This record gives sequence, structure tokens and C-alpha cells, in this order.
Amino acid sequence: MVHPLKEEELKEHVTISYKPQAKYSYTAGQALSTFLRGLREGKILGRKCPRCGRVYVPPRMYCEDCFYPTSQWVEVKDEGVVMTAVASFISWTRDRLEEPEIVGTIRLFPSSPRDYVYPGLFHRICCSYEDVKSMTIMGKTVRARWRPAEKRTGSIDDIECFEVV
Amino acid sequence: MKTNLKFRRVAAIGAGMTPFRRRMLETPQEMAWEASRRALDEAGLELRDIDCVVIGSAPDAFDGVHMKGEYLAHGAGGVMRPSSRVYVGGATGVMTAIAGWYHVASGMCKKVLAVAEEKMSTGRPHPQAVFRYIWDPITEKPLNPNLIWIFAMEMHRYMFVNKVSKEEIALVSVKNKRNAASNPYAQLGGEITVDDVLRSEVLVWPVQLLDVSPVSDGAAAMVFVDGDIARRYTDTPIWVEGVGWTLDNTSWPNRELAYPRYLENAARMAYRMAGIERPQKEIDVVEPYDPFDYKELHHLEGLMLAKRGEAPLLLKEGFFDKDGDIPSSPSGGLLGVGNPIAAAGLMKVISIYWQLKGTAGKMQVKRPVHTGVAQAWGDLMQASTVMVMRN
Ligand SMILES: [Zn+2]
Repeated sequence: MVHPLKEEELKEHVTISYKPQAKYSYTAGQALSTFLRGLREGKILGRKCPRCGRVYVPPRMYCEDCFYPTSQWVEVKDEGVVMTAVASFISWTRDRLEEPEIVGTIRLFPSSPRDYVYPGLFHRICCSYEDVKSMTIMGKTVRARWRPAEKRTGSIDDIECFEVV
Repeated sequence: MKTNLKFRRVAAIGAGMTPFRRRMLETPQEMAWEASRRALDEAGLELRDIDCVVIGSAPDAFDGVHMKGEYLAHGAGGVMRPSSRVYVGGATGVMTAIAGWYHVASGMCKKVLAVAEEKMSTGRPHPQAVFRYIWDPITEKPLNPNLIWIFAMEMHRYMFVNKVSKEEIALVSVKNKRNAASNPYAQLGGEITVDDVLRSEVLVWPVQLLDVSPVSDGAAAMVFVDGDIARRYTDTPIWVEGVGWTLDNTSWPNRELAYPRYLENAARMAYRMAGIERPQKEIDVVEPYDPFDYKELHHLEGLMLAKRGEAPLLLKEGFFDKDGDIPSSPSGGLLGVGNPIAAAGLMKVISIYWQLKGTAGKMQVKRPVHTGVAQAWGDLMQASTVMVMRN
């Protein structure tokens, strides 16, 4: 079914190659800067909307529904439930990986299984391919495995992964 | 219940496509021109008859050229007339048709050419790398995500919540590639089995190679005209009866992925406009967006053509087969026809248009069809566009 063209075949035609040189410096902004500083201290910080009570993790300066400023910083637990998990055998350039990388989303506490929206993170999950394939990891309670304090840089990477409690 | 909308009535009177293939030797503009010329021919119009042009294309990064709207303009007939470009990720193709519709519905233009183009295979060594720039740079990109991750996450959540197996999902791929065998524009039509899907390369579990649509190049175009003049050009205008579109947020780690609420909202908007109260009874044929096989099931539920979690069962019973109650993706969909993103979405609208006109050839579904729905979806699981048409 799948017949990728080989490099030689592509050379049979006139083609032009171009490699863009693009570099970016992103600003983390008001909410995420505080969030990243919190990670460095081993805390997961969110913002709470005074009107509807929704807690945003990762935090936002405004509530997308009420369109009001979120007014309060809250610390949520570094613990939650695995909503979904997958095992990637390809890198972002679509090279083949020997060992799968396992990632998923985590609904952080406090929150309820009935919530359609909730504080949560996308991150690596420390478990086996078998745990993913059999779906046994889904619905499990997990906790952040933090990097040692001196190695944290104020990045989402300050959490190594989430592991089953 | 038909809402009291003061729109002008809008009809589609012509459509055209290029074949969808990997690594086409034509430039994006050449492909746009080819599709546009075919659409004008079917409508019986010349470019000078066209008042306004709408251009749709997904991320510029695929073609490797920024300002895709301007870049495509001369191939899309957009020079020296009101031209605009729409972009809502994978949902762009149907949005291009919707924008074509509202240019006419508003009374602003009488004849509009809507053109969608994508050339995915330009990115080397794999267009996958281009998707790195759609993630949140602060909270997501440091984890080195690839695009298939998010869809695999959504697929697995859908499977977990609704207790759906890989076998049940693979049936979508089998059906669509089989349907595509009757489509002269298709890239990947053919007979495959559930086993073929389950034995194909594991990309990001639960997504395997045959669960995914291919990398493609292609273009598609349609002509929309004011209802008052439609019959001057054709005896069989196809009426645009309802449109809907919604954006959810990009915070997909913060919401339930098992059900596409953004699509339900878009569908409700389109159905209300078309006066549809019981979608499953009133819709005869559907082209839901299927870049992944599970997405067709997910979308059939979001379109309210199946209850939540019920689409796999209906599929297995043949409800969505070409000779079933509501044929789904009789064109072969993205899985079979190919996935040049924006063009693939407009291909969905064109497929419904040809079905309702009765000119779908070997793709034509058996029973008579009067109401059809095309849908597209995209970005980080958050944009959805819906169009309802009648003959
Ligand atoms: Zn609020």
C-alpha cells in the first residue's frame, strides 16, 4: 500500500532545496513565568477565576469563558489521574525510536471525574509499553517525579515524568 | 423549524479537483489553477464572470512559502478582485466553502470561486517536522512532541471511555480505502483487511500506519452563486442550506478528549440553519473528516449521527457502508483519497455536491440522496466546520 519515493527518484526532476534558518526567543508571559518559577520550587501553580471558579493549570491571566481577569494564584497537587497515554515509536522528525517514549495527559487534583474541563498537564508518564497497550495505566493515580532541586531550571522539564503512586 | 435568517440563498454550480498524489510535480499555483479551471468549466463560467475569490490553505510551512493566500492568488483567479484567505488548520477546507457561501449569502458577491490547496510533501525529510511549530512553545514543545501524539492521545481516550477495540476502528480504514477504489482522484484506494491495519507499523500506539491518511499534494475548487441566478447556469444547482463552525481552545490537556464538543456546537449551528431536527433520520449521506480512522467515528458522534460510543457498532452493522442507511465517506475520505489538508476538506464538500447532483460516477451511493453533510476538523483538536447541502 505504501510506496515512498526514494531520494534518487526525486533527483530525476528539477527540484530546489532550501533550509530555513529560523530562530525564536519566546516570552513566557505573565502567568506562565510565575508557573515556571513555581516548578523550580517543586510546586504546580494555577490561576482561579473569581466568577466561575475554574482553576487554570497551566495558568492564564484571564478566564476564557467569563473573559474576566483570573484573580488568585492557587497551588494544585502534583498528583492526578491519567486520562490518556500513548507510546511513540517515532521522533518528531519521524525517525524510528528503539524504545518508545510514553506521554499522556493528567487531570490534576483537586478536580472531579465529572469535569469536562479541569486543571491538567501534558507530560511524560513513567510506565511500560505494556501498561499503555493494556490500558492499565489509564485512570491510575500518578504523581510528579521532580528533578533534584539543584537541577531545576524553571521549565516543564523540571518534572521528569509522572509515575504511579 | 427553520430559523428566520435574512441570508441570500446560495447554490453550488461547479467543482473541480486535481488528483491527490504524493510529490506532485506541479507547483501549488499550478495545482490551484487546474482545480479552479475545472470548477469554472463545470459551472460554465469564465474567470471574468467571478466577483470574489476565497483561498484556503493550512499551515504555510507545508508548502514552504509564507503568505500562502497571496502566493496562490494568481493560480486561484484572485488577481484584481476581492480575494481573501481562510485558515483554521485541518478545518480549513470546509471553511473555504463556508467563506465562499457567506460572500454570496451576505449579498456582497454574486459568483464566488473557492479554492483550497496543499502541498504537504515539500517538507523534507518528512512534513512531520513542520508540525513542531503548532505546539505551545513554553509548556509543550520542550517535550519534543510530534503531531501524531495528540491524535493517539485522543484515540486512546476515545477507546478507553467507550470500550472500543482497535479492530472496530480499523474497519473505518478498510471501508474508506475500499470506497476510494471507485474514486479517480484517489491516492490510496484498494482492498485491505483489518489484519493489514493491525499488522502495519506502530507509529504512536494506538496509531499504526494504516490508521493514518497519507502525505499528499492536491487542490480542489468550487463555484458558489447567488440563488436568484443559479438556474441560469445549471438545471441542477445544489443548495447550501446550513453552515456551522466553532473553535475550542488549544488547551487539550485540560479537557475531556473522548467527545468533540466543538463539533457538536458547529453541527447544531448548521442543522438549525438547515431546519434539521433529527440528524440521523434527515441526513442521507455524510463526509466526516477522517485523517485518522478513529476520527470518522468520533466525528459521526459529534455530528449526532450516532450516540456517544455507538458509532463503532453502527459501522460494524453496515449502517455507514456505501449501501447502508447513511453512507459515510463514499468518496474514500482522507484515508483513501489522500490528505492535502485544506484541499482534502474541500474535497469532502465536493464529494457531497457530486452525490447530490447525481454525478459521482462509480462513487454514487445506491439509494436516492437529498441531504448531505460535509465536515472538517483541525488544529490542536479544536476547530470544526460543517456544511449541509440539499438538491
Ligand atoms: Zn470564569
